[in-house]
Parts: sequence; structure tokens; C-alpha cells
Amino acid sequence: MMEHWIIAPVVLPAMLAPLIVLWMRYDLVTQRVASIIGMSALLILAIALAVSATMHPPEVYRLGDWDPPYGIVLVLDRLSAMMLVLNALLGLVIVLYGIGSGWDRRGWHFHSLMQFQMMGLNGAFLTGDAFNLFVFFEVLLIASYGLMIHSGGRARLKSGVQYVVYNLAGSTLFLFALGTIYSVTGTLNMADLAVKVAQMPPDQTALIKVGAALLMLVFAVKAALVPFQFWLPATYTNAPGPVAALFAIMTKVGVYAIVRVYTLVFPITGTTGTLAHDILLPAAGVTLVIGMVGILGARDMGRAVAYSVIGSVGTMMLAFAQFTQGATSAGLYYMIHSTLVAAVLFLIADLVRERRGRWGLSLTDAPKIANHGLIAAMFFMGAIAMAGMPPLSGFLGKLMILDATRGQWWLWGAVLITSLVAIIGFARAGSQVFWRAYAVEVEEGEGPEPAKDASAPALAFTATGLLLAGLVGLTVLAGPVSNWVQGTAAQLFTPRQYIDAVLAGAEARAQEAARIGAQEHGHMNVIEDMRDEGAATGHDAPAAH
Amino acid sequence: MEVLVASAIGVLTAAGIYMILRLRTFPVVVGMSLLSYAVNVFLFATGRLVVNQPPILRDGVTSYTDPIPQALVLTAIVISFGMTAVVVMLALGAFIEASNDRIDLETEEDGR
Repeated sequence: MMEHWIIAPVVLPAMLAPLIVLWMRYDLVTQRVASIIGMSALLILAIALAVSATMHPPEVYRLGDWDPPYGIVLVLDRLSAMMLVLNALLGLVIVLYGIGSGWDRRGWHFHSLMQFQMMGLNGAFLTGDAFNLFVFFEVLLIASYGLMIHSGGRARLKSGVQYVVYNLAGSTLFLFALGTIYSVTGTLNMADLAVKVAQMPPDQTALIKVGAALLMLVFAVKAALVPFQFWLPATYTNAPGPVAALFAIMTKVGVYAIVRVYTLVFPITGTTGTLAHDILLPAAGVTLVIGMVGILGARDMGRAVAYSVIGSVGTMMLAFAQFTQGATSAGLYYMIHSTLVAAVLFLIADLVRERRGRWGLSLTDAPKIANHGLIAAMFFMGAIAMAGMPPLSGFLGKLMILDATRGQWWLWGAVLITSLVAIIGFARAGSQVFWRAYAVEVEEGEGPEPAKDASAPALAFTATGLLLAGLVGLTVLAGPVSNWVQGTAAQLFTPRQYIDAVLAGAEARAQEAARIGAQEHGHMNVIEDMRDEGAATGHDAPAAH
Repeated sequence: MEVLVASAIGVLTAAGIYMILRLRTFPVVVGMSLLSYAVNVFLFATGRLVVNQPPILRDGVTSYTDPIPQALVLTAIVISFGMTAVVVMLALGAFIEASNDRIDLETEEDGR
């Protein structure tokens, strides 16, 4: 039923973005309306797909009706559906915030770039082909380059260049990894790769292990795992507020890719063994410590939030690196939480920066800002959620991770101590920005100034509030959500389902084609034509290896 | 031929990495290009090196070259070309804004 809708989350923004650029170029109001409608449609679509993915086994969409492993497939399973919903929700909130805060008119093409960004992200979450994953990574990166330098400025352009160069080097590494894997297996379809890798003799796995490790490095760059986290703080601090909030899901693309590839293609029980576990676990631990200590060391609020993103990636990777079903479902819950809370903290930081004038986000004494109490309360909620204090979902997420990693005392220690460090760091940042302001003498007649050129501050607050409401919802509905992610983890750890959905269909269809071909065997001219066509397109050429 | 191709990839990669590690935008852009050449040749070689063979399996053809890496290389060339254009434009913008072409960030005073 849902078969053709699977491609809609990629096609819809891909059609809307050029329309916005070409047709609505000079009319910001139309752009805004189109963008909101597009994002709402994406959210509805994503929820419908998630419902479908919950009720059915993985569903496959064959692009151009070419059979895997030659054709490219999109695969909808519970994990990709979850990422789609998260992505669409975040996209909608950020477009609302961008409109409310006036960011979308401080440069060109904010809305179309947002749509291209959604296209790349949705494609990366849906694709079942490793090379296609590379292509969608490039789509989402090139849109993010545009968004990163939105509205320009010296610091932003300079850190934009760093971001682009870092990611270009990452893309090159991605190609090296894919080339290595292809040279060993002769396929890049993920389901087919899973079959081929599992069949490899254990004494000939050196090259495929190199490929697997290279691929891990690429995804670690995207996820900002140590030692590849250096690009993140400068990029996220200098990006426009709503864009930094959107980037909260960009690191999760790397995490998603790690979870997908190392449960499906290189499972811990397979021929490559515990390679992924051995690399990831120490990297995640160090990432966690560096991120949380970074909050404490940051000299402005934006950097503190950026480091907390690194820390939360470390926390969830500690869970995913276990490669057990329980730890993975805990990690998935924490991933939903972490995406929402990172986005909300970046939006709050932007609310503060817009109102604080020349002081920006630096942790120095500055007078009170407009809407002081409300923003302070929002920051308080966001910070306790990020640090993992009760009652919000961060606490539940960390509790689930600790529960799933019983017996690893160093991991418990790392998570608990770094949580304390994060609490101190956020308390310091918050009291400097919000409490110390009461002690600052304000000159006569100089009240707090409202945000500079915000078109609808109320909308900006509503958008931020929506994300906070999402966090509360995630806490209240923790039971159903954690049941759902347990189902997702169970599906991830029975990769047979995914492989069968992609490949078994292809076999059945090949037999069907052969049967139709046999029926037409009598007509000599028909079969001559077919043979010529087959040869011309190379469709029936077997793999070279 | 294998030695020639392998050493070409090696030299290109080494030169590319060296150039990327410079702190000015121009050498970095050149380094990115060298690296993308290296990876293109590498991808080409992943289908095994054969000379003068058709990329299509027809009746009566026993030896052929793998067509998939060629398609992959084509995609990779287009993407790396586009990305190089983007990074050149960005570097130019940063150069005009900051009136220097250093790739590292000055700390603190322009922190915002």
C-alpha cells in the first residue's frame, strides 16, 4: 500500500526547493507559506510512514523498478521511519523559528536550502545502497554549506570554509572506503553486502576489515566522535541560530549510519567480529568526557551548548557500541531526546544573542534582556534535560543506558561524573547570563531592548516552546516510546528481515520475468528483440566477481 | 601497470594530504583536487584493471571490464567538481570579508 509513498519524503522537498528558488524568489511571504506547508506535509508523511513501518516488516521501493543489487533501493524500516519523523518535526520547528526571529530574511534562499537539506537527510535515512548514501550525504552537506554561511559575516565565512574543507576530506575518505568494500565484495547494496560479507571465509577478511574501519572513520567525522570532533564547536557556534539547531540532526546522521551499517552489514557476530565495538567504545568514552568538560571550559553559551552536543553523542555511542538489543533501544530513546534538547538549547542561545546586543553570548556581566524571565526558564528546562537531571527525558534516557550497561563500572562512572560536570557547567553559564544580570547597573532610560528585527517574536517563542513540549511529551510517554524503540532495536538485531525484504523480492521477480520470457519463447522475433535489448542495457550481465 | 596505477594513487594522495594540511586556502583547494583525482583513479581500479575490454557482457564475450566502478567514478567526478566550485566561492568570500586567506580561525576577538 505505502510502496510509492516511500520516495515522497525525498521527492516532495526536491520539487518544492526549486519552486521556491525560481518562482517565489522575490516574495518572502509566499516562500514562508510554501515552506511551512512543505514541512507540515513532510511531518504528516513521516508519521504515516512510521505507522506503516510499525505494522509491516521493512518495505522496499525500487527506483526505476530495477532489481537490487543492480538498481538502487529505498528501504523503510522502523529505524529510518523514526529518523524521518524526528527530522520532519525538527524541520517544521526550525522553519517556524526562522520566520519568527527574522533569520530567513537576513540572506537569500533560507527556505529553499532548508528544503534541500530535508531532501538530503530523508534520502540518507531511507536509502538501502551504500553509494547512494554517499550521494545523499553530499546533497545534505551542500545544502548545509549554504545554510551555514547564511547572512554572511567574517567569522561565519571563515568557519564555513573550515567546515566545508573538513567535510570534503571526509567525503573523499568515504569514497576510499566504498571502493575498498566494492573491490572485495563486488556490490554496494547494503542487503547484498550483508549476505556477501557473511559468506567470506574468516581467514580472508583483512581487506574488508580495512573497508569497515575506513567507513567507521567517515561516520565518526559526521557524528563528531573523538578524534574528529574539532570541526563542531566553531561551526555550530558561528552558524545562524536556527541552522545550528538543525545541525542537531546532522550529527545524528553519522550515528544513524553507524547503527545501520554495523548492525546490518558488519554485525558483531559476523566475519568482521568485534571490530566496531573495539573502536567505538573507547572513542565514545573520550567523546563523552571531552564534550562535558568542554561545557565547563566554554567562554560563551553557544560553545557550551556545542560541547554538550559532543557529550551527548558520546553518551549515545556508549550505548550503541555495546551492540546488544537492550543497549541499542536505550541509545535510540536517548537519540530522540538528544536531538530535541540540542535543538532547543541552540534556539534558546539564539534568543539570548538576539537580545543581548554587543555582549552576545559571552559569559560576562551584562544587563537584563527583554523577556528575561521566560528565556531563563526555558534555558533552565533545556539545561536540566541536557544534563540528565530528573524529571525530564534526559534523566530517563541516561537511566536506560545505565540499566543496559550493568557491570561496566567505568562506563557508569564516566556517565555519572560527566553528568555532574555538565550540571556545573550549565549552572555556571545560566547564572552568569541570567542571574548576574540583576546585579548590573542600568543607566537611566536604558531598558532592555527587544530583539533586533524579529518579525514575530511570539512565533519564535512558540517554536522553542514546541520543542520543549516535545521533551515533556517524550518524558510523559516514555513507556510507549521505549516500547516502540525496543521493537526497533529488535528489528535491527534480526537483519534477516531487512535482507529478505530487499533480496527475496528480487528473486521472485526474476523468476516471474523468466516465466514470462518462457511464454513468449515461441515468437522468434520477440525473443530476438529481447536479447538485443538485454545486451544493449547490460541488464542481464552478471556481477564481475 | 598495477605498480604504475598504485604508485600514482599513492603519490596523489600523499601530495593531496600534504597540501590540505597547509593553512592557506589556495593550497587546500589544490590539495582537495589532488585527493579527488586519487580517489577517482582508486575507484576505477576497484573493478580490477583490464585493457581494451567491453564493459558489457554479450553473447560470445568471455572477458569484460566491470562497468559499475565506471558509473561510480562518473558520479564522484561530478560531485567533486561541484564541491570544488563551492569551496572556491566560499574561500573567495572569506578572503574578501577577512582580507586574508588563512584557514585557521583567529581566536576570541572575532569570536562572534
